[in-house]
Amino acid sequence: MSEHQLTVPDTCLVVLVGVSGSGKSTFASQKFGRYEVLSSDFCRGLVSNDENSQDATADAFDVLHHIAGKRLAAGLLTVIDATNVQKDARAGLLKLARDHDVLPVAIVLDMPKEVCLERNSRRKDRDFPERVIHRQADQLQRSIKGLRREGFRRVHVLDSPEKAAASRIVREPLLNDLRERTGPFDVIGDVHGCRSELQTLLGKLGYGLILDPDGRAVDAVPPAGRTAVFVGDLVDRGPDTPGVLRLVMGMIENGHALCVSGNHEHKLVRALGGKNVKLTHGLQETMDQLAGEPEEFRAKVADFCEGLIAHYVLDGGKLVVAHAGLKEAYHGRASGRVRSFALYGDTTGETDQFGLPVRYPWANDYRGQAMVLYGHTPTLTPEWVNNTMCLDTGAVFGGSLTALRYPEKEIVSVPAEKVWYEPSRPLVAAAPTKTVHRDPDVLALTDVAGKRSIQTQHHNRITVTAEAAAGALEVMSRFALDPRWLLYLPPTMAPAPTSALPGVLEHPVEALAAYAKDGVPEVICEEKHMGSRAVLLVCRDATAASVRFGLPDGRTGAIHTRTGRSFLRSDAETEALLSRVRSALDKAKVWDELETNWLLLDAEIMPWSLKAGDLLRQQYAAVGAAARTALPPALEALTAAAQRVPDLTDLAALRDHTAARLSAASAFEVAYRRYVWPTDGLEGVKIAPFQVLAADGKTFHDRPHTWHLALADRLVEADDLFVPTRRLVLDPASEKDVAAAVTWWEELTGAGGEGMVVKPLANLTKGKRGLVQPGLKVRGAEYLRIIYGPDYLLEENLHRLKSRAVGRKRAAALREYALGLEALERVAAGEPLWRVHETVFAVLALESEPVDPRL
Amino acid sequence: MFLTITSTSEAAESPATDLGYLLHKHPDRAQKFGLPVGTAHVFYPRADETTCTAALLLEVDPIALVRGRGPKPAEGFSLAQYVNDRPYAASSMLAVALGKVFRTAVAGRCDARPELPSKPLNLQIHVPALPCRGGADVARRMFAPLGWDVQLTPVPLDPELGWGDSRYLDVRLTGQVRLHEALSQLYVLLPVLDDAKHYWVSPDEVDKLIRAGEGWLAAHPERTLIVERYLRHRRRLVDDASERFASLEDEALADEDGELPEDVVEPTDEVPGSDITVSAGVAVAVGGEEGLGGAVALEPVVSLAVRRLGAVAETLRASGAQSVADLGCGEGKLLKELLADPRYQRLLGVDVSHRSLTIAARRLRLEQLPERTAERIELRQSSLVYADPELTGFDAAVLMEVIEHLDLSRLPALAANVFGTARPGQVLVTTPNVEYNARYGLAEGEIRHADHRFEWNREQFQEWATGVATKYGYTVRFKAIGDEDPQAGPPTQMAVFALETPEVAR
Repeated sequence: MSEHQLTVPDTCLVVLVGVSGSGKSTFASQKFGRYEVLSSDFCRGLVSNDENSQDATADAFDVLHHIAGKRLAAGLLTVIDATNVQKDARAGLLKLARDHDVLPVAIVLDMPKEVCLERNSRRKDRDFPERVIHRQADQLQRSIKGLRREGFRRVHVLDSPEKAAASRIVREPLLNDLRERTGPFDVIGDVHGCRSELQTLLGKLGYGLILDPDGRAVDAVPPAGRTAVFVGDLVDRGPDTPGVLRLVMGMIENGHALCVSGNHEHKLVRALGGKNVKLTHGLQETMDQLAGEPEEFRAKVADFCEGLIAHYVLDGGKLVVAHAGLKEAYHGRASGRVRSFALYGDTTGETDQFGLPVRYPWANDYRGQAMVLYGHTPTLTPEWVNNTMCLDTGAVFGGSLTALRYPEKEIVSVPAEKVWYEPSRPLVAAAPTKTVHRDPDVLALTDVAGKRSIQTQHHNRITVTAEAAAGALEVMSRFALDPRWLLYLPPTMAPAPTSALPGVLEHPVEALAAYAKDGVPEVICEEKHMGSRAVLLVCRDATAASVRFGLPDGRTGAIHTRTGRSFLRSDAETEALLSRVRSALDKAKVWDELETNWLLLDAEIMPWSLKAGDLLRQQYAAVGAAARTALPPALEALTAAAQRVPDLTDLAALRDHTAARLSAASAFEVAYRRYVWPTDGLEGVKIAPFQVLAADGKTFHDRPHTWHLALADRLVEADDLFVPTRRLVLDPASEKDVAAAVTWWEELTGAGGEGMVVKPLANLTKGKRGLVQPGLKVRGAEYLRIIYGPDYLLEENLHRLKSRAVGRKRAAALREYALGLEALERVAAGEPLWRVHETVFAVLALESEPVDPRL
Repeated sequence: MFLTITSTSEAAESPATDLGYLLHKHPDRAQKFGLPVGTAHVFYPRADETTCTAALLLEVDPIALVRGRGPKPAEGFSLAQYVNDRPYAASSMLAVALGKVFRTAVAGRCDARPELPSKPLNLQIHVPALPCRGGADVARRMFAPLGWDVQLTPVPLDPELGWGDSRYLDVRLTGQVRLHEALSQLYVLLPVLDDAKHYWVSPDEVDKLIRAGEGWLAAHPERTLIVERYLRHRRRLVDDASERFASLEDEALADEDGELPEDVVEPTDEVPGSDITVSAGVAVAVGGEEGLGGAVALEPVVSLAVRRLGAVAETLRASGAQSVADLGCGEGKLLKELLADPRYQRLLGVDVSHRSLTIAARRLRLEQLPERTAERIELRQSSLVYADPELTGFDAAVLMEVIEHLDLSRLPALAANVFGTARPGQVLVTTPNVEYNARYGLAEGEIRHADHRFEWNREQFQEWATGVATKYGYTVRFKAIGDEDPQAGPPTQMAVFALETPEVAR
């Protein structure tokens, strides 16, 4: 017997139909994958321990529908193995398919009744009365004819066991599935009969026009490898709809273009088919123009428009083109509502004051990975909204005709030659007042809340727990800057491994050894500044600030702390500081060199007392005052008592211990006082920049630290607001270099410095086991008093403190570093705000994980 | 932590060294006591007929302090556990050590010389670093009525930086006092002056206070403040102690002026280790400037908070709303009132603070509610600066004392989410009226609460509200809350927004 092919779309709901004993389960298990088949009997078993329990039917089908729904939502072909001989049962499944926008397919096993009866009688596990089979068979016969009418898009009937056995399932991609077409593409907005502008645009895009003997354009040959993609609405309103159609149809025939259907093509099909259609919105013009064409051409146009697909999924799923856009759940799906969305958008059913339909701004909520390009709604200038762009720039209304080069994301457009058609709503459309209007930048709670997992380029997936997200939500909502200008949070930094040397907790030797072990050939030791970490967003001018970041009037950037709070108290102070930074960048000619009009800088702002004044008074100075007051009388009393009763050796020991605590307390006071210097407004404030984080289209973590610091030096030269970062480049594996680093660190900390940070010179560095720590801090022994408390160096304390566990801190440092890089790369690439914000938020969330704050 | 007790005597029949008998510690020895709080040392720098000084030095282990149940880190300073004054300042730890090490002396017992405890001695007590909330005046008011000659020397915060005085005092008390009373007074007053305790205050603290206060506390003019602070402002315990003191004497209870408003007290009632909480839903004002008498509310919160709640509840009732979202519900005060009214079929409380929601759930007893009642209410975390689709479909939403806790620059996002996305039929917004601040004795520019990002006058509030109403298709009217002042207006103002064309709940 020859093979019998059963074609099904590769995403669909396959409903098997057949009486008990018709061989459905056997058929399903032979023709489909293990997880693709959902059996109602199995579900009966799941909910009742009995595959034949009829009492469990309702619950069993609940479970079956639930699982099927999950699979279909994920776009997986799913087979329902149940009798499905009753219309009711099938109706539920048809609804399920509709709800998930997949096509329903029926495969009917219409076996001779005797075969079924015989098979049932052989089955020991169930004892159906024969009449059940008879009844099911009757129901089946009544059903077969009507299956298509019920809504099954394909119906395959197998009427013998031999046919069933010999059949083969052939999975076909949907018509909208062009994932194998990888482009590059030139996606062209609504043409509306503007043939001349289209020809000019194609010329500008590098297409070569082919003319017929009458001088009419009948094709355009793309530059090597490219394909044009039209977003629909080729027709109506404009001066030469037939010319546009002739050109585009020719391009498509010759494989030079693709086109999705617009609502105007949809309506034209009906008009050409003789349906009673109102000749409004420019359809009249089209009908008039087509009347001058031969019947043959008209028929061709009707076929062409009729055959247009409503959306295409291209380039492995990375690009979706639909006339009015398409939300993510509809990508690659097929249903009436998917088509309607693609043609008309997310309409609410209302109309605005111009009589035009009110549309829900679906793009604001769009969170998909695929880029969506569309037209339909004329706008003055195309803008990115969450990785979507509307390319209809109203050519026919006197605007322009626009194309987007994909994947280059480059806009190419030509102005309209004239206003061909008066718009019913002004092109400079103000936000419709009656509709649900949302700024595209408003972030959704679902962008940040709950357990999240973020795919990073450099450190794989990073998970944020729901608990950590809950904590960060409060901090971010109540204290942080507006997310539009909070583009990066610096990662935490791990300390050097705990030192084995006596009398210190941290020492350069261990940090250098760690990098030598990771195989890092060169490291840079940078002086650790005695201020507070700050991130500066500096725009070159007010226009850049408002266009790129939506900063309000008078604001040209932001300065924030490592937890996202504004660094300075007032906007005026921030602007004053930014303006000096900007002038220095002007003077050092950084803008042009980096080809950008904004910069994100990583820096330390001094003194620490500027930010931490209250902390220094309330915590540090208070400790010093209490110690300074309590310890001397204690020491005096101990001295007197030890003198009076000399044989009390314990007392002498206690006296010595108290003396040691007193000198520790004095050293503590000295240590914190180094962080206090007077400032008056911005007078006395210093900035030590040490990294350029991002600029327009660029990140800089692949440039060596010497490049970053050289740029910082130019700022120091330009304005004494900036202070340089002292540094030392060396080979961590060289004994001589290590000794030099130790000397350097000892000098630095001996003179009251905080310590140093050791970084791989090359900046972003990967080792055998993935990312290498981007920096290790080696803090000075005296500085650590203000972290570990005045007495930490006393022997009985230090030996216990040395058992500190740095593993969590190191892991957190790497995760936060990778998230930070991810944020920078997303910012530089101009990705949607929610994509940037989720990484920034994740850094804050990871910071709330419990890690010893002294590390 | 250190203090000395010196006894002087000119009478040969009662030498100063009797102090050793009373303290039950021999002057020629040094003794060491391992206590949960650390190691206490007792020794005598001087011991002769005329002068005898006993010293108590408590060494706490700074590392064990952290590993155990040390004080909770202060907001924004995660190193507070490691860098703090506890190893030096005379705090509740020293008081506990005093009570343990000198147990028999505190009890007024002396088995070897039973007649000694009842005799007043010439005592000088020196506490070199006593943290004192409220400053020298409070310390004087505590000790002077007890018959001490009080000598107080302020300790500079940092003499090199010229930062003025710290909260520490060098305290010297001189007087003719019975030793056990002196020790009991120190035991109670050290933590009272510090206004902090290193351990969770449980109900048996009331018994300890009554015992230690015997003979001197009941008649102390600052008794109310002492009881409040000693019991860490825990309302129930304070009431209990006050009643018991009242029953000890005929006098009427002291006036209630110094008492903390309920808002401040209750949170600490429930959560061990917590201090005063600041939540968006509750207007709590605490004197940050170490006002007299400890925590001082800047506005009479009880009455205003209650009236505000009443005004909001009444407006909601009049609106006919059956479903209400309390946005920034804090610890659930409003929800509790609304839940008691069956007209509300669906209540949602959201807050950005997870901790507030936990407290709210406990206060509303969500887990014990009957099913039918529990079905009507839900609490969840959300943020008003993020669009939350779950907030749609409510008849009314309330933002009670919420907006002023948000930076001005985030208000457009809040407005977009509440009025644009959630779009309830009615929105009630209350916020302080800054014009009224002068009535609270606040200087120009001073705000009512440290977390207020702004405080508006009536015009500013109305301008904002009108702008929002126009942008999102609402009408708005304004109401006064609290006693209106002819010039300054009401203490709190409310805007009531109503959707112009009510939409079908989506």
